[in-house]
Amino acid sequence: MFTTLAVFAPLAGAFLTLLLRPFLSRNLAVGVSIIFIIISAFCGVVPAVRHLIIGAPDQTITLGSFISVGHFAANWALQQDALSLVMVAMVSVVSALIHIYSFGYMSHDRTMPRFFVYMSLFTFAMLMLVTADNLLQLFFGWEGVGLVSYLLIGYWYDKPAANAAAIKAFVVNRVGDLGFAIGIALIYLQFHSIQFDHIFAASGAMVDAKYTLFGTQFPVLEVIAVLLFIGAMGKSAQIFLHTWLADAMEGPTPISALIHAATMVAAGVFLVVRMSPLISLAPGAEDFITIIGSATALFAATVACVQTDIKRIIAYSTCSQLGYMFIAAGVGADPAAMFHLINHAFFKALLFLAAGSVIHALSEEQDIRKMGGLWRKLPVTYVVMWVGALALAAIPPFSGYYSKDVILEAAYAANSQAGMFGWACGNIAALLTAFYVSRLILMVFHGAPRAAPEIMEHAHESPAVMTGPLVVLALGALSSGFLLDRPFVGADMANFWGSAIAAGPHGSILLAIEQLPEWVAKLPLLMSLAGLGLGFLFYVTLPAIPVALAARFQSIYQFLLHKWYFDEVYDALLVRPSWRLAKFLWHVGDDQMIDGIPNGVAHLTSDASTQAIKMQTGSIAIYAFVMLIGLLALVSIFLLVR
Amino acid sequence: MTSMADIALHALMPDILIALAAMGLLLFGVLSKRDHALACTVTAVIVFVVAARFILAAPAGAIFGGLFLTDDFTRYADMLVLLGCSGALILSVDFNRREAIGRFEFPVLVMFSALGMLVMVSAGNMMTLYLGLELQSLALYVVAAFARDDLRSTEAGLKYFILSALASGLLLYGISLVYGFSGTTDFAGLAHALASSARANDGALVGIVFVMVGLAFKLSAAPFHMWTPDVYEGAPTPVTSLFSTAPKMAAMALLLRLLMGPFAPLLSQWQMLIEIIAIASMLLGALGAIGQLNIKRLMAYSSISHMGYALIGLAAGTEAGVSATLVYMAIYTVMSLGVFGCIIAMRRGGKQVELISDLAGLDRRNRGLALAMAALMLALAGIPPLSGFWGKLYVFYAAVQSGLYGLAVIGVLTSVVAAFYYLRVIKVMYFDEAAPSFDHHSKAVGLMIAGCAALSALFVFVPGPVSQAASVAAHALLGAG
Repeated sequence: MFTTLAVFAPLAGAFLTLLLRPFLSRNLAVGVSIIFIIISAFCGVVPAVRHLIIGAPDQTITLGSFISVGHFAANWALQQDALSLVMVAMVSVVSALIHIYSFGYMSHDRTMPRFFVYMSLFTFAMLMLVTADNLLQLFFGWEGVGLVSYLLIGYWYDKPAANAAAIKAFVVNRVGDLGFAIGIALIYLQFHSIQFDHIFAASGAMVDAKYTLFGTQFPVLEVIAVLLFIGAMGKSAQIFLHTWLADAMEGPTPISALIHAATMVAAGVFLVVRMSPLISLAPGAEDFITIIGSATALFAATVACVQTDIKRIIAYSTCSQLGYMFIAAGVGADPAAMFHLINHAFFKALLFLAAGSVIHALSEEQDIRKMGGLWRKLPVTYVVMWVGALALAAIPPFSGYYSKDVILEAAYAANSQAGMFGWACGNIAALLTAFYVSRLILMVFHGAPRAAPEIMEHAHESPAVMTGPLVVLALGALSSGFLLDRPFVGADMANFWGSAIAAGPHGSILLAIEQLPEWVAKLPLLMSLAGLGLGFLFYVTLPAIPVALAARFQSIYQFLLHKWYFDEVYDALLVRPSWRLAKFLWHVGDDQMIDGIPNGVAHLTSDASTQAIKMQTGSIAIYAFVMLIGLLALVSIFLLVR
Repeated sequence: MTSMADIALHALMPDILIALAAMGLLLFGVLSKRDHALACTVTAVIVFVVAARFILAAPAGAIFGGLFLTDDFTRYADMLVLLGCSGALILSVDFNRREAIGRFEFPVLVMFSALGMLVMVSAGNMMTLYLGLELQSLALYVVAAFARDDLRSTEAGLKYFILSALASGLLLYGISLVYGFSGTTDFAGLAHALASSARANDGALVGIVFVMVGLAFKLSAAPFHMWTPDVYEGAPTPVTSLFSTAPKMAAMALLLRLLMGPFAPLLSQWQMLIEIIAIASMLLGALGAIGQLNIKRLMAYSSISHMGYALIGLAAGTEAGVSATLVYMAIYTVMSLGVFGCIIAMRRGGKQVELISDLAGLDRRNRGLALAMAALMLALAGIPPLSGFWGKLYVFYAAVQSGLYGLAVIGVLTSVVAAFYYLRVIKVMYFDEAAPSFDHHSKAVGLMIAGCAALSALFVFVPGPVSQAASVAAHALLGAG
């Protein structure tokens, strides 16, 4: 009951706002969707807490039939196991906070109701995604959030950059979605169902099934798992399909916080965790997930170290943290992935919203080189940003510490090559994370002000409607770690997750971490502290060092600044050839060939028309002549052909 | 036998009524001091209505030794003929008054012409056929030149007269050939004679071709259409509307009667000729209209192509085909009357205007008229669900059922071309820079337009009675043959 309300309240809010917009004042229209989202958040939290405390049994509410053709059937349903409940609670709460925050942040925007309609619609789609009990509904939500993401990245549609970014996000996600869609199709072919419980029940028997392609045999489960993960890579901006996420920061900042940090981009992780009973039977795919996750974690962290746009730094950080989650999912520590997902949602939303507060204060300035010395002007923002930063940097007792620690220990405990790779990348990335987040904070809030004096003059703390959600999120970032540690990855783990997450052959991995050597457990924290120290050294004590380093290692610096040249390479390899092909098809294929035929026929017709009219001279003699010729022709034909 | 005489009287009642009424009106008009054009026209329409009532009541049968036939087929055709004549008369009142040609002779002539057409439709013998044909033609020559001070009108009358005389000559020659080789002019007798010695009789076959040509001229089917654009353009618009409806129905009825009756045994022989004529008409009608600027000329080409479509049903040579042709004629008659009503409404500064460009921006000046015209144009183009679409559907269906795929395909293709110029009229009305308003048109014209447009647009809701009547008529025709 609660879950149903939680899922559909945002939809109702979106529609009411849309319908009432012409009749109500702007603030009232927006207020409608805020009220509904708050209802949703309340209804989302209640069942999750109940599950946490008394452990209600899993159940699935079937709302109706979606598609039913032959043997294929998919329902609209709301699944209520631990995984879904946790996600519903997190999505609805974060969404509600961001709705409230946006009321302040977007108050100067002319089309604010449109913004809220999109946001509520997004929340609905995201909740449909996480409560699906079959792959089709999940895909519905998946595409729904993708659509709204596209709409919101391009929210300021008069900005060319925003449009380009929206299209880029859409197109890159298509690549991943193609893999996902093929994966779903293969699952249906193989299992004759897209219902999760059917798939998971039958997947054990599929371990030995193989596809033969080009004389090579591929295990069915590996193929399916990799295809599903390709979908997840697109949505969660993993390396090779990550290019859209940084550009997506063209959207309004609350959107960056809601969609491109806390919720939608985590959908890929959710998918992998949801499909864990299947994926855990595909060790090759698991290694693939771990390796991609590790590479992303490290790659994105290096890039984040040199970026200067406050939102892009956090965006790359998101990329990197999602990589951590995939490391965990890949080594079979799915609860750890979920733990980090929830923690990350809070502290990353917090960081983004705090960044939004800074941007708001500095008249839309996003370049951290033009900030500095803001901590007196923005005390609340300053404090909460530190909370978010320490959570991200994994300093105890902030939340990130608990989950990142578990992930890295699990990676080590996996005792495989991929696991060790993940462990190594994760530790280095932990150092870089602490470094870039301290760099971010120190450059924004400390040192001498580098903004123009008149901008500094106007810099002011955001209104309570914005700082309120910040404080709530900060409390979350502070406490979610030690509150959820025990049920998610601790002693109550098995009880809490129930059947939602497969134990699989690696089921004991989170128990195995207890036997790890002491230094493995301590290393991530040491790395984080080292990163923080380095940050202080570079940006407080000896600010000349980064400048000198950048000059000394110019090529490396440029390499990082250009994000490993991914965009440039894609542009040369994919975008330009596509343009050329499209232009060829347009000019030659369409203009000349396809249009040529009808145009030619049209010319022919009008020529024939001219000729036909030419006979009509007005002369009776000619008319009579034509009649007689016609008669002659008919008689001849008649006699000849007969 | 009194009963036989009774039947004859009943069957002939409509014709007698119209003949007497026409002569009475003529006397009245000549003797009366003032001109009673309006009264005469109204009387004529009333006479038509009464005649229609008699026609529906007349018993089926053949009288005067088979010279004159009445059955469901003649009833159907008679109804359409009277509808066309009445429509033209109603449209003429306003037009003739404003053009200062409002004289009582007009309705009288139309009545004579209608009488001729009724005789044509009911003909059971080559002699009756010719008698009816000439009676309606003679009256039509005069009405074509009715605006006798107008150069174009007199030219139209003259052209029609000369070419029609030529066609009549061909027809008569064909009749004489047929008679010469088969020994009879009676339709039933011909059917019998041709069925027994079909292949031997080349002379009779050539005669049949001549007869077909004579009737194809009346239908304005290509390549005997040459008079159509000039006469349509030159004749006063109500006369044009008459030309495009009643005589065509009469000629089509005759063609159906002849080919499906006495000449039915030779179906395999004439089928191809009808196909050729149909294709030529559809093509020429579609192509010729594209370059036209004058809407009356456009309608001339349009009618040529529509006759081509109607002939498809005949070419099919089946009961379904005949029925399709009859439905097509009914639909065409209504669409045609509606369009000519719109053309009559095109007056600016007291003068008739006829260019397509005069319709520019009509939507902003007279929304109702533009809407009606648009509906009629779409119906003519055969856009579903308007009436023209169903007409085409029936004939194409009949053609496909008879295996004439080529004919159906060409029909569809030419209707694509034809759609261009119909749509152009709509485009001009709705998207071009608005031209000055038209003068106010009379209520009768407005009602006519509205009625025809509504019938064409809403045909989809009432196809039953029309197709029912048409299939009964087709059954009667083939049953008799």
